[in-house]
Amino acid sequence: MSAREIQPKVKEEAPARAERVRPGRVFLPNVDIFETPEALVLMADMPGVAGDKVSLDLKENQLIISGEISPPLGEGESLISQEYYTGDFYREFQLGELINKDKIEATMKDGVLRLYLPKAEKAKPRKIEVKVG
Amino acid sequence: MPIIFREPELEPFRELEQLQRRMNRLFQSVFGREWAPWTAGVYPLVNLSEDKDHLYLRAELPGVRPEDLEITIKDNSLVLRGERKIPEEEKNANYHRRERESGYFRRVVRLPSPVDPNNVEATCKDGILTVRLGKPEEVKPRQIQVKSV
Repeated sequence: MSAREIQPKVKEEAPARAERVRPGRVFLPNVDIFETPEALVLMADMPGVAGDKVSLDLKENQLIISGEISPPLGEGESLISQEYYTGDFYREFQLGELINKDKIEATMKDGVLRLYLPKAEKAKPRKIEVKVG
Repeated sequence: MPIIFREPELEPFRELEQLQRRMNRLFQSVFGREWAPWTAGVYPLVNLSEDKDHLYLRAELPGVRPEDLEITIKDNSLVLRGERKIPEEEKNANYHRRERESGYFRRVVRLPSPVDPNNVEATCKDGILTVRLGKPEEVKPRQIQVKSV
């Protein structure tokens, strides 16, 4: 399928929202967002974040995803050279669709979050039949 | 994830990478800040660390499956190659954002010290690859007792 070479991207830091309790940097995860007739699907790259360290917050149409990373170095290790920085992830989205909150599914695999946000009934497109009178 | 030991091929990019790293350091020493991100180098970016017995190479490879990674070690060079596949979603998916990249990658990393090729272990966890390379006896730090005479 894709025969192109990946270009390295430096992670973008998230704009500071509030005073954080946890020290360290915060980055914006790279995301893919796509829409199907039934749902919005969001995929986010959050390397170093374990499944139980992801948190999701959906208030009205604002979605916040965040993840805390595990310690990037083992005990007694010291860095020799560093090309990428490590830190937590945080990103906010404004959703244009109403979401059925009870049916949201989130899975985390190999550092990738997949979020399935089913549309609420009234947001689904409805085909209106035009009757020929 | 196969770990293969063999002769390194010609690495025309290795010198470039080294040059780039030197430039980065120079930049940092002159301007007092990090090298600007537009020359990030070769994917994936790697961090190197060490402890007494091992050298560690780490790279952020979210969504890359271990079977799509190949690591080759010869002398002081580690070659990391693989492919990041992002499965196509259903046909009627309408993309709003596409920031995640797919494709292949190949990176040669010059290791700062010799490693024991029989003592290498690679693991993938939460999208982070860790290659643990054992240091041979002769490069391990040794404490030297000072005798009084």
